[in-house]
Amino acid sequence: MSSFFDMGGYAAFVWPAYAVTLAVVFLNVFWARRALARSRAEARRRLQMQGEPS
Amino acid sequence: MAWTWFHRFGSPPHVYRLAARLTPWFAWPAALCIAAGLWGGLVLAPPDYQQGDGVRILYVHAPSAWMSLMVYTTMAVAAAIGLIWRIKVAHAVAASCAPIGASFTFAALVTGALWGEPMWGTYWEWDPRLTSELVLLFLYLGYMGLRAGIEDTQRADRASAVLAVVGVVNVPIIHYSVTWWNSLHQAPSVMRMDKPAMPPSMLLPLLLMLLGFTLLFVALLLVRLRGEVLARERAASWIREVVSV
Repeated sequence: MSSFFDMGGYAAFVWPAYAVTLAVVFLNVFWARRALARSRAEARRRLQMQGEPS
Repeated sequence: MAWTWFHRFGSPPHVYRLAARLTPWFAWPAALCIAAGLWGGLVLAPPDYQQGDGVRILYVHAPSAWMSLMVYTTMAVAAAIGLIWRIKVAHAVAASCAPIGASFTFAALVTGALWGEPMWGTYWEWDPRLTSELVLLFLYLGYMGLRAGIEDTQRADRASAVLAVVGVVNVPIIHYSVTWWNSLHQAPSVMRMDKPAMPPSMLLPLLLMLLGFTLLFVALLLVRLRGEVLARERAASWIREVVSV
């Protein structure tokens, strides 16, 4: 098991590479959902400003 | 028949609802492929006879680099369609692509640097492949900066679309840089005319990661597209239906 984490001496390069890539993957999911939520909130606000019943 | 299909594709409420329905069909397969690809790349794939376990960076570096180019190409094609046929939804697609592409270009550059140091003895070199990939990051950032700087969405769409279309010349330059010039970077191992230059135990995890990232891109694009479509619609009655809680 320790040889797995050691990555044949390349641990200092392999693990950060995987960490950065996975961070980008998860951040993308988070950012995309946040962008949609903001657009929906903004659209709702616009509807209310028009004085329409919501 | 074909015309109605095309027309529906440009219709914002149809696109919004279709995108919402399709998202899970791409997101879950993406998660499965990436999980399987990570397991394959980190555990099942053999170490390289020269690079040892350092070669495992391949399974995150190549898919990130593939995303950087594929997303840009999608963005440029959507921007061109938006410019030529004045289709709002096409501009919304282009705008959705940029942050996704920029972040994966960043990942490709960082993982490349982390691979370069142990194998080439340097994190960075002003090499054709590396430099053109860095230019790609600046194209994405320029595109996003330009959009952020223009208040009016329609004007932002048109101005940024021109930048996206002009910048697409960089895509073949990146892809062929390793064959046109004498580069530190290796030539393509998978996307080449003859058969891929690696055993199935390496090729399979790599293909799973490439497929997983591509599916993830579609899922992210569908989520972002809904937001961009909403932002481009003023007082349309369908909006009330889709945003009411």
